[in-house]
Formats: sequence, structure tokens, C-alpha cells
Amino acid sequence: MGDWGHILLGVLASGIRLATPYLYAGIGETLGQRSGVLNLGVEGQMLLGAFAAFYVTYRTGNVLGGLLAAALVGLLMGLAMAFVSVNLQAEQGISGIGFYLFGLGLSDLLFQKLLGTVDSVRGVPDAVIPGLSDLPVLGELLFRHNWMVYGAYALVPLAWFVLNKTPWGLMIKAAGENPHAADSLGVSVARVRYATVTLGGVLSAIGGASLSVGLLKIFQQNMTSGLGFIAVALVYFGGWRPVGVLLGALLFSLVNALQLWVQVLGLPIPADFAVMAPYVLTIVVLVIVVQRARPPAALARPFERE
Amino acid sequence: MATPFSATPKVQSVVMRGIVKRFPGVVANDHVDFDVHQGEVHALLGENGAGKSTLMKILYGLYQPDEGEIQVNGRPVTFASPLDAIRCGIGMVHQHFMLVETLTVAENVALGLPSSRGFVTDLERVAARLRALGEQYGLPVDPHARVWQLSVGQQQRVEILKVLYRGASLLILDEPTAVLTPQEVEDLFRVIRQMVGRGHSVVFISHKLHEVLSISDRITVLRDGRKVGTVRAAATNKAELARWMVGREVTFRPEKAPVTPGPVRLAVEDVHARSDRGTPALVGVSLAVRGGEIVGLAGVSGNGQRELAEVIAGLRPPTQGRVRLLGRDVTAWPADARADLGLAYIPEERMRDGVILPFSVAENFILRDHFKPPFARRGILQPQAILAHSQALIRAYQIKTPGPETPVQHLSGGNIQKVVLARELARAPQVIVAAQPTRGLDIGATEYVHAQLLQQRAAGAAVLLISEDLDEILALADRIAVIYEGRIMDVLPAAEADPQRLGLLMAGVARATG
Ligand SMILES: Nc1ncnc2c1ncn2[C@@H]1O[C@H](COP(=O)(O)OP(=O)(O)O)[C@@H](O)[C@H]1O
Ligand SMILES: [Mg+2]
Repeated sequence: MGDWGHILLGVLASGIRLATPYLYAGIGETLGQRSGVLNLGVEGQMLLGAFAAFYVTYRTGNVLGGLLAAALVGLLMGLAMAFVSVNLQAEQGISGIGFYLFGLGLSDLLFQKLLGTVDSVRGVPDAVIPGLSDLPVLGELLFRHNWMVYGAYALVPLAWFVLNKTPWGLMIKAAGENPHAADSLGVSVARVRYATVTLGGVLSAIGGASLSVGLLKIFQQNMTSGLGFIAVALVYFGGWRPVGVLLGALLFSLVNALQLWVQVLGLPIPADFAVMAPYVLTIVVLVIVVQRARPPAALARPFERE
Repeated sequence: MATPFSATPKVQSVVMRGIVKRFPGVVANDHVDFDVHQGEVHALLGENGAGKSTLMKILYGLYQPDEGEIQVNGRPVTFASPLDAIRCGIGMVHQHFMLVETLTVAENVALGLPSSRGFVTDLERVAARLRALGEQYGLPVDPHARVWQLSVGQQQRVEILKVLYRGASLLILDEPTAVLTPQEVEDLFRVIRQMVGRGHSVVFISHKLHEVLSISDRITVLRDGRKVGTVRAAATNKAELARWMVGREVTFRPEKAPVTPGPVRLAVEDVHARSDRGTPALVGVSLAVRGGEIVGLAGVSGNGQRELAEVIAGLRPPTQGRVRLLGRDVTAWPADARADLGLAYIPEERMRDGVILPFSVAENFILRDHFKPPFARRGILQPQAILAHSQALIRAYQIKTPGPETPVQHLSGGNIQKVVLARELARAPQVIVAAQPTRGLDIGATEYVHAQLLQQRAAGAAVLLISEDLDEILALADRIAVIYEGRIMDVLPAAEADPQRLGLLMAGVARATG
């Protein structure tokens, strides 16, 4: 295999890896939106999750503890978002932005008070799958990632299964399409939305952790830099289907990986343009795709029994 | 095949006593007594806002009563949610269907039920049981069809099946006939008789007298939240029921003076148009309305009526064909130019398209003319002129509002419609397109709207009356056109039209010849 072959393989492998945080956050957001709640606070949940995981791992050396901490933080953030959107029936777009700013500020503050400098941890270990990882090409592409990468991809069929094959999936979709219908059959719309939004919070926080203790092994202020918002966009991109989110996440992170390599290799493309590429791509594809897919009919609408 | 509810005992009797339910500003139910026993159809009759739905939502556990008690089979019960009512064998089909359109029939039925396969849905079993139930009660439906693909009549079947599937033996049907063609109403009545024959009971809510008289064993009339009385259907008649409903004598046929029709004022020629979804909604519609004539456009909702009204009003460009107003080709004209030429438009969605809800009554009156004298001069609104105009209209049209400054959203449905009528008719229109002008209005407001339309007809206006209410069309129209799937099936002189014949045309089954 020549140099370009190696580079291509590297781009593909890191594209697959980079999709991880988008998948966690995007799948969580998909569940929430299918039940009718638009959570724009994903970015804030990710930042706090990233920080909690990093801090606990850094202090205790126990990465599992770090992930649990992230999950707990995500749970609390998710519960708060659920309370605001379900009980207080707040305008979801605005309150989501509030949660984003809260997560951004708090993670920054805690970082400065508790850590102060950028340091690194060993983080989540790679899981080199014996046998499979030795396969030519496929081995490096698919079977030499850390555990959180596999976890993210496992979420996709899992979420598909829940949405399409289980009684809960029916309730989630009904709550998002016609909550009055669900309510009239004794399904608690509030409970369904609490469950999805809280789970979404946990997954977003884990997604943040997948960045801090999974991929990069460091924490930095605002390290997600818009990733959570992209995850929300990917839900629209994916037509509110887990597989669609997967495709979007892959496309986006492959282009991202590509532009990183363009910079690393010093190709004669201005770095700013390279960095822009994934975002421009997102906008273009969104414009094309979103016109076809139809959002859940009750998305972002608080439910009330008339 | 067992459902989780197959053990639900049959409802032998339901008694509601002294039910009170207050909403901010209204007493929706004021010490209402109501009872149903096994094997009967008990109709709940009343004008819009009389409190029928509220009473039944209380029985179904959707609302909690402020006072009063409910007994099922002699035992007092409290229903904290519909689940409790379902467990007691009570099911409700709502006025507005409670279906998830993107899901299949079987999924809608299975929603909220535990699955026999635990974590995984058992839709095949549900489908099989649905087919069996459908056969039993004469309610055939494809369990795997998506709800949005079904006709309104089929959707109603799904609603009834949903309730039967849950083992209900008392079915509450809230205005089930409002959306059906006359033939579908007959089918529904057959199903109701079938259910009652099997020992079920039915609460049938309606404000249509002849339906109530033909299907029910007993009738309870509500007015303004209070119970007026309960009678056996065999022991009463239309006039008495109408008096109970409205609180005064009611004339069923509005006075219609003979008018000789003038020249054609509105002509639609071979119009094609698309729906919001992009599907063909009108395919070659031609229709002419003369001055001094009311042409009724009958049809089941969703067959192109809305699109036709919008094409005429200038709100939807036709893909083909022409629209002529007073002999002029206005196909390319914007809506305001058509209005200025003499077109009045009373839109179907009056809350959305007819008024701006947060605006005051006065502001809504001048929506069309706010930039013209006397309401505006040199670009400045003239409050005195607007106020004077508003007060005059409020008086003339007997609009119940605290004042011209009150936001329209605080008015009742009937009074909002009067605001629209007042604005449109005050401009002395020569052509009027009225889409579902009395939908949701009570008998009093309906009478008023009818009188206004007839007065315009007498004054020489050409009126296109689009309505799903056959009684309304038969009472007002000089000629009746029936629309089905974007085509005019036929145009009949009113004298030759009867509900049976119109119903067949509305269902698209027969093209009447000759
Ligand atoms: N959820 C609600 N909140 C406030 N007012 C309501 C509500 N539901 C019904 N009402 C009012 O209660 C009265 C009775 O309404 P409803 O039971 O729907 O009448 P009907 O079904 O006989 O047309 C009306 O004045 C209506 O405006
Ligand atoms: Mg009602």
C-alpha cells in the first residue's frame, strides 16, 4: 500500500472515530425530538459531561467513575430540561439556549477553579479486537478504536429497535406526533417526554465524555465548539431516524477528518476554507434533505389537555 | 385471543349525579345528572358550548369534576385518568380524532397497551384480533395501512375499533357524524345497532336533530351547561328538541324570496390546482354563479373545496384554467385587487385566515382597507373614523363584544364569524365566496349567517356557498354542485336534489345522468 493509501485509511479511520460524540448526542436528541421535545441545550450538556468525566478520571484515575459522573451530570441536566419543557411548558428553543449557556459557563468556571491548566489523562482504553484487528485494511478501519466508539455505533441499531419494535417506541412516536392521542389512551405524555429528554441528557453528556476522556484525553474550555449544535442539525439531516443520524454523522466527520489531513499535509488550500468545509456541507445537505423529511408534528410544542 | 382487557366486566349502568365543572369564566357543567344503562343508545344533544364534550370527558377521566359523583354498576368511582375509565369498560371516540397519522392502524390500536411479547411489540397478533373484531362488528379496515392514507370514515372505524379492542362496553361517540357522508352515517348507525345488540351501550353526542331521533332510545338535552331534560326518543319530536336546545322557537327553513338570477358574476373555467402537499387537488373544475343566486358546493371535506375557494380568492395560483369576476379575467390578479373589484371571501379557517386573533375588533374590521381613506390619510391611521365604522358594524351585526378595542380572540366563535361577515359584507360585494360559514356555530348564529347570505342574494350578489352540511346547502342554495376528488360530479337545481342523491355524488359512486 502506498502513502496515499495509508493516508486514505487514516482519514477513514479517524472519520469513523470522530463520529462518536455526534452519535451519542444525536441519537439522544433523536429520541427526545421523536417524543416532541426540542433540546437545544445539547452542547451545554456535552460540555458538562466532558468536564465531569475528565475531572473524576483525572482525580481518581478511574475512567469508569468518570463516565458515571458524566452520566449523572447528564441525568440532572436532562431532568432540568424535562422539567422546564414538560412542567413549566417553556418555549423550548429559548430554554435550550439557556441550558447551553449554563453548561458553557459552568464547565469553564469549574475548569478554572478546579484544574486551571490543560492536562491529560489516560482515558478510555482502546479495545483492539483480537483476530479481527489483524485483518488487512478493515482491521485498522473498524477494530482498533476505544470502547466508547463501539458504544456509539451500538446505539444506532438499539435506538432503531426501541423506536420501531417496542411498545415504548410507539409511545415515544405518539407523544411526538399527536400527544392528545397518546393521552386519550392513558399514556402519560409527561412521563414519556421525561424519559426521552433525561436519557438524551445522559447520552449527550456521555458524548461529551467521549470527546474528553475518549478521543482527546484532555479537557479544554469550550472544547465541543459547536459540536452539540451540529448534533441537533444531524437529527434534522437524518430525518429523525437513527440510521439517518448515523449517515449524517459519518459524512460530517469524514469531511472533518479529511480537512484535518489537508491541514496536516500542508496542501495548498487555505486552512480557513478547510475548516469551513464540514459546516458548509452541513448547510447544503440540510437545505436539500430537510425539505423532504417531515419533523414530528408536535415537535417543540408543550402538551396540555386543552 | 386474549387482550389485557378481555376480563373487563360489561358496563351495566353508569350514573352521573350533580356534575359541576367550571372553567375560567364559564360553568361548562352545572349540576348535570346523566345515566346510561346496558343496551341503550342515549343521545346527548345540545348547541356548541352546551357542555356535552365536557360531561363526557369527565366520564372518560380526562377532566375531573369540581362536584358530583359517578357510579358504575352501582359502585362509586373516581377516574384520575382515561386509563381508569378504560379499566371500567368505558371508551370514547373524540370529536377530533385521536389518531397518530404516521403510524399504522395496528400501531394506533396497540399504543399504550402492554405487549404479549414483553419488550417487543406484537403487532401481528393485534392485527389478527383487529380483523376478527372488524368482522364481528362490520368495521373492516386494513390493520397495516397508515392512518393518513385512510378516509375520514375509515379513520372513524379505527377509533371505534381502538375502543372495542380495549374491551369497552360503553362507547361514547362525540359528534361522530360531523365528518361523514350520509351513506357513512347509515353505516355508522348499523354498527351502533350491532354493538347495542351485543349488550353494549352507546352515548351518542350530536346537535343534529334528525340523527338523534333516528338512532337513540333516550335523549338528554343540555343548554348552557345545564340539563334541560331527558326524554324517550319515541315520545318527542324535532320542534320540542330544538326548543329545548335553543330556549325558543326555531324556524328550520329560512325565508327565501324568489330572485331572478342576473348575469354570471363569477366563473371558474377548467381550473386545475395543487394542494399544499403538492398533490392534484382540482382537476378541471368549471362552475358559474349568477348574480342573485346561491350556488351550494357540497362535498366531503378534503375533496378540493378549500383549494377552489383559495383559487377564487387569489390565495392559490391555479396550474391551469381561468377565474373570471364580473366578466373580467382575474386569474393573474392578487387577492386585494379581486377584493377591490367586489369579491368577499369568508374563509373556512376563520381563526387562521379570517381574523388576526390578537388584533382588536376594530383593527380586524379594517384589515382590507386600512390604507385607504377614510381610515388612513397620508399614511396615518384615523382613529375616529375607524372607531365610528367599528361601532356601526358592531351595532348592525349585533356582535357581542365588550368594545371595539377588545382583541378578537376573546370573542366566541359565533361572534368572530360575525366580525368576518361584517368586514366582508360591509364592502357591498358583488361576489361572495363563503367557505363553511356556519361550521362550529350554534343555531342562533347559524340562523343569522343564513339570513345575511340570503339578504346578499336578494341584493343581487353571486354567492358560492361551500359547505359540508347538506341541510344548510339544501336550505339556501338555488343550484347545488357536488365536488369529489377535485372534480365537479354534477350540478343540480335545488328542486331536484335530495340528501340521498347528493350523498351518492359526494361519495363519488354515481354520476347522475340527465
Ligand atoms: N379546557 C377548557 N378550558 C376552558 N374552557 C373550556 C374548556 N373546555 C370547554 N370549555 C368551555 O366549556 C363550555 C362547554 O364546552 P364543551 O363541553 O366543549 O361544549 P360542547 O361539546 O357541548 O360543544 C364552552 O363554553 C367551552 O368554551
Ligand atoms: Mg363538543
